Amino acid sequence: MSKHNEKSLHKQTLHKQTLSKKSPNNKELPQACQAINEFVIRFANTNGTGSASANNMFAKAILRMGIPVSAKNIFPSNIQGMPTWYEVRISEKNYLGRRGGDSELVVAMNSQSINDDINSVKVGGYLLYDATKALNSEQIRGDINYLGIPISAICLKEYSNPRQRQLFKNVIYVGALAALLDMDFAILKDLVKDQFKGKEKLITPNIYALELGYQYAKQQFICPLPIKVESRDLLNNRIMVDGNTATGLGAVYGGATVVGWYPITPSTSVIEKFASYCARLRIDPATGKKNYAIVQAEDELAAIGMAIGGGWNGARAFTATSGPGISLMAEFLGLAYFTEIPVVLVNVQRAGPSTGMPTRTQQSDVLCCAYASHGDTKQVLLFPQDPHECFELTAQAFDLADQLQTPVIIMSDLDLGMNDHLSTEFKWDDNKKYQLGKVLSTEQLDELEVYGRYLDTDGDGICYRTLAGTHADKGAYFNRGTSRNKFAAYTEKSADYIDNMERLTKKLTTASQLVPQPIIKQGKKIAKIGLIYYGTSSHAITETIDHLKEHGLSADTLRIRAFPFNGQLEHFISKHQEIFIIEQNRDAQMKSIIVNECQIDPNKLNSILHFDGLPITSRFIEQAILTHFEQQSSTQQAS
Amino acid sequence: MSFQKSTFHHPRLKVNDLGLTYRDYEGALSTLCAGCGHDSITSAIIQACYELSIEPHKVAKMSGIGCSSKAPNYFMSKAHGFNSVHGRMPSVTTGANMANQALLYLAMSGDGDSASIGFGQFAHVVRRQLNMVYMVANNGVYGLTKGQLAATADKGVKNKAGEISLFNDIDLCSMALQLGASFVARSFSGDKKQLVPLLKAAMSHRGFAFIDIISPCVTFNNHPASTRSYDYVHDHITTAAVTDFIPIKTEITTDCNVGDCEDICLHDGSIMRIKKLDSEYDTRNAHKAIMDIEEHKKKGEILTGLLYFKPTASHFHEINNTCDTPLNQLTQDALCPGARILSGINDSFR
Ligand SMILES: Cc1ncc(C[n+]2csc(CCOP(=O)(O)OP(=O)(O)O)c2C)c(N)n1
Ligand code: SF4
Ligand SMILES: [Mg+2]
Repeated sequence: MSKHNEKSLHKQTLHKQTLSKKSPNNKELPQACQAINEFVIRFANTNGTGSASANNMFAKAILRMGIPVSAKNIFPSNIQGMPTWYEVRISEKNYLGRRGGDSELVVAMNSQSINDDINSVKVGGYLLYDATKALNSEQIRGDINYLGIPISAICLKEYSNPRQRQLFKNVIYVGALAALLDMDFAILKDLVKDQFKGKEKLITPNIYALELGYQYAKQQFICPLPIKVESRDLLNNRIMVDGNTATGLGAVYGGATVVGWYPITPSTSVIEKFASYCARLRIDPATGKKNYAIVQAEDELAAIGMAIGGGWNGARAFTATSGPGISLMAEFLGLAYFTEIPVVLVNVQRAGPSTGMPTRTQQSDVLCCAYASHGDTKQVLLFPQDPHECFELTAQAFDLADQLQTPVIIMSDLDLGMNDHLSTEFKWDDNKKYQLGKVLSTEQLDELEVYGRYLDTDGDGICYRTLAGTHADKGAYFNRGTSRNKFAAYTEKSADYIDNMERLTKKLTTASQLVPQPIIKQGKKIAKIGLIYYGTSSHAITETIDHLKEHGLSADTLRIRAFPFNGQLEHFISKHQEIFIIEQNRDAQMKSIIVNECQIDPNKLNSILHFDGLPITSRFIEQAILTHFEQQSSTQQAS
Repeated sequence: MSFQKSTFHHPRLKVNDLGLTYRDYEGALSTLCAGCGHDSITSAIIQACYELSIEPHKVAKMSGIGCSSKAPNYFMSKAHGFNSVHGRMPSVTTGANMANQALLYLAMSGDGDSASIGFGQFAHVVRRQLNMVYMVANNGVYGLTKGQLAATADKGVKNKAGEISLFNDIDLCSMALQLGASFVARSFSGDKKQLVPLLKAAMSHRGFAFIDIISPCVTFNNHPASTRSYDYVHDHITTAAVTDFIPIKTEITTDCNVGDCEDICLHDGSIMRIKKLDSEYDTRNAHKAIMDIEEHKKKGEILTGLLYFKPTASHFHEINNTCDTPLNQLTQDALCPGARILSGINDSFR
C-alpha cells in the first residue's frame, strides 16, 4: 500500500480531466455485439505480472452468479515477461469447450501483443485497454469499440510501491469489467475476502482497486454494455477446479502413500496438490508423523522406479509426469508390466515430440503409452474428461492396479490438468472398500501346499502375489524382468515364455471388463453418424451435437474411458454408417489403436485431428464433419 | 537357469538363535562362472545373516542387472528379491523402503550397474541416507556383456581383449564418502575373514551402509595385466580397520590394545568393535578417508576395511518424519479422509 491511509483513499474520487486520455470511441458504441451470458472474453497479459489470480477472480465471480463458465489459460513456457492469454467463455447453454474465433471482449494489457489482440476482437466487439499511452492510428479499427482506461496512470497516482502498481492494474480492470458487464460487485468483494483469508491486510487495498476500476467505468462509459451477464441458477451443484488438483486429491482418497516424482509442466501440480492435501489430511494425529512419503527424485527413471518399488512392497504408489518424462519411464513400464507390479502413472499430456510446446495441450501420447516399452507390452489407460473424473478415475486406478497387478496410466492433458473446469462435484462413498487384489495373507499361505507366483489358478490371467515379510517359510520369490516359469524361476524355454505371454493377454482381456466402460449416447433410432472421442474433447461435444442438428444431422456418441477396449466399441462402430474419431493429435493415434485392436472395417473411420496445441473447439469438429458430407455429396453428384 | 538345491537337512547341522541352519540361508544354485568372486560374496552374506540370526523373510534382496545382480538369487531363497533393471536398483529400493521400513534391504550391484548407467541413482540414494546395505561387486569390467572395461577400472589397465582404459577411474567409496554415507567400507571377496564382520556391521547399522567389494571376474578380468585379479589384489591389499561384531548380552572378553580399539554400542544394544590395523587411521573422518584412499592408490595399494563410520546417523524415514507403521500396512481408515471431508473440499471450489 501507498502512504495513504485507507479511509482517505476511499473518499477520493477520480477526475476525468486528470486521468483520462479519452478513448477514441468514448460513449459512442457502433454496431455493438449484443449478448447476455453467451460470449467470450480474452485477457491478454504479460506473464509474471500477477494477472492470473485477477483473471481467475473474474471467472469465479461469473460462476458465483450461477452462470456456467469455462476458463483457459494460454501461457508460455517462461517465468516472466512473455505474452499470456486467459480466455473466459460464459455460456448459459453450457457450451464449455473453447469456442474459438474472435472474442466479444478483449482486455489488452500487454503492449507486446496488443496489435494481435486488437485483431482478435470480433466485429462489433470491445477492446478494453490501458489508455495511459494513446493508441496509434494503425491500432484503430473502425468496426470495434474502444474502452480506454488509463490504468497505469491510475496506479502511478494511487500506489508508490512498484509491485503494487503492477498487481493492482489487474484488479482495476476486473473492477471496470464489473461495471461494464453488470456483474455483482458484492460477489467480487467476497472473493477478495476468500482469497486473502489469513492475510486480512490485503483485503481493503484489493477492494479499493476494484472500486477504482468500477467507478472509472461507471463514469466514463455507458454501463452495462450490450454484452453483459445476468444472475442465473444453472450450476446444479457443480464445482470449478483444475484437473491436477482433482487428481492429487483422488490419489489421497485412493490411498496412495508412496510417491516419487520429478518436476515437469504440466504434471507438477498433481504432486504439489497431493502433497498439500496430505499435509492436511494425512498426518497421524497421535504422533504428528506423516502417513505418506514423497521423494522428489533425481529424474523420471528414478521417480517411476520408486513407485514400482513401493507397489512391489504392497503400498499404493504413483508418479506423475508429462512429455519427455514418459519417454524416460518406458523401460520401467515394461518391467512393471512383465513382472506384474501395481503402479499408477499420471500422464498430463503436453504438445509435441521432444520438448515440443510444453505449455500447450494435446492427446499425443496415446500410442506410446498403450504400448509403452520394448517387447510385446500393453498397458492399461484411463481417459478422464473432467476434474470429477480425474478424482474418481485416479482413486479407481489404485484399485485397478492392485486388482490387475499392472501399471495403470491416467491420460490427462494440459487443458484438463491446468485449467479450471466446471465439473460435477467430487463424490465418495464411505462404504466402498479398497480393492487390494490377490495378495496372500500369512494364514492363506499357511494353508497353501504349493505356491507359484505365476500360477493362474483362477483362469483370469491374474495370479496371487505375496509381499515380503508375510510368511517365514512360504511365498518368497525372486521378482525378475527375465522370463520365468510359473514358479518365478528363470527359464528360456519357449513353451514357458509363450504360456506366460498368453496369460498376460488373458489378463488384459480381464482388464477390459474391469476398467471404466465407454459412455454411449444414442437415441432409439441409430443415427447415421457416430462420434467417438475421449478426454477433453468431450467439452466441445454438446455444442457440436446441437449445431449438427441445426444442419439436419444427428449423431450418436461414444466416449472412450479406458484401454483395453471390450466389445462395446466394436459394436458401436459396426452400428453406424459414418464414424468420426475426434482426437487432439496429428497421427490419429486412437484410431490406430482401434484399427489394431478391434475387428472393424477401417474404411469407415474418419479422423478429426486437432493438434495446434490449444484445446479443440466445436467449430473445428463441425467444420470437419460438414466438409466431409459436402465432399461426399459432390463426389456422388459427379459420379 | 536356476537349479533347486536339495532341502534335506542333516539332523546334526548347527543352528543359530532362531533354530535355523546355515542351509536355511542359502539360495538357488549359482550359475555364475566357477571361481567368480561374486559367489564368494554370496557365501559371505549367507554366513553373516546366519550368524546374526536374521529372519530370512524380513530381508528384501535388491539388485540391478549384471552377473553381480544375479547373486541375490543365490542366497536366502526364503527372502523376497527384486532383480530390477540395469542401474536402477537404488530407486526401486528407495520406493520399497518407503513402503516398508521394517525390512532389511540387502542390495547387490555391479560396477557397471552403479558407476556407469546407475551412477546418478547411486549418488542420490546415498544423499537420501536410505537405511540399506548397498554392496557393489567391483570387478573392473562388465561381466555379463563379456568383459568391456568398467568405469572403476584403473586408468591405463588393459582388459582381456587388450583394450586400454583411457579415462580416469571412479572410486565409489570416495563418492559415497563425499555424498555423506554413514558407513563406508571396502573389502575383497577373497578375504572372508574381513568381509563377513564388515557385512555384519553394515547390516546392523541403521542408516546407509556402502561396501565396495573387489570381486574378480575369472573369465574376463583375471589376467596378469589386470588390477582386479586375485593375484594382484592379494599382493596389493592393505587394511585400515576391521570390525568385529558382538551381539547383545555377549560379554566382551577378547583383548584389544587400548588406543587401537573402539567399542561402539549400536541402536539395538549390540556392540561393534572396530580394530585399527593402521593405528593412525581415523574411522570418524570422511575427508581424511578420501585422502587416504587416494594416497594408497598412488602407492599401488588397495586400502580396504572399514573406512568410515558414523553410528548416530539418521536415515530417510527419520528425515521424512514418516509414521512408525510401515506405509504398506496402513489401512483405508488411516488413509482415506472420507465423504464428510470431501464435501468441505467441494465447497472450497464453488
Ligand atoms: C539399459 C540396458 N543397457 C544395457 C544392458 C546390457 N548389460 C547387462 S549387464 C551390463 C553390465 C554389467 O556390468 P556390471 O554391473 O559391472 O556387472 P558384472 O556383470 O560385471 O557383475 C550391461 C551393459 C542392459 N541390461 N540394460
Ligand atoms: S563373467 Fe565374470 S563376473 Fe560374470 S559370472 Fe563369470 S566370472 Fe563372474
Ligand atoms: Mg562389473
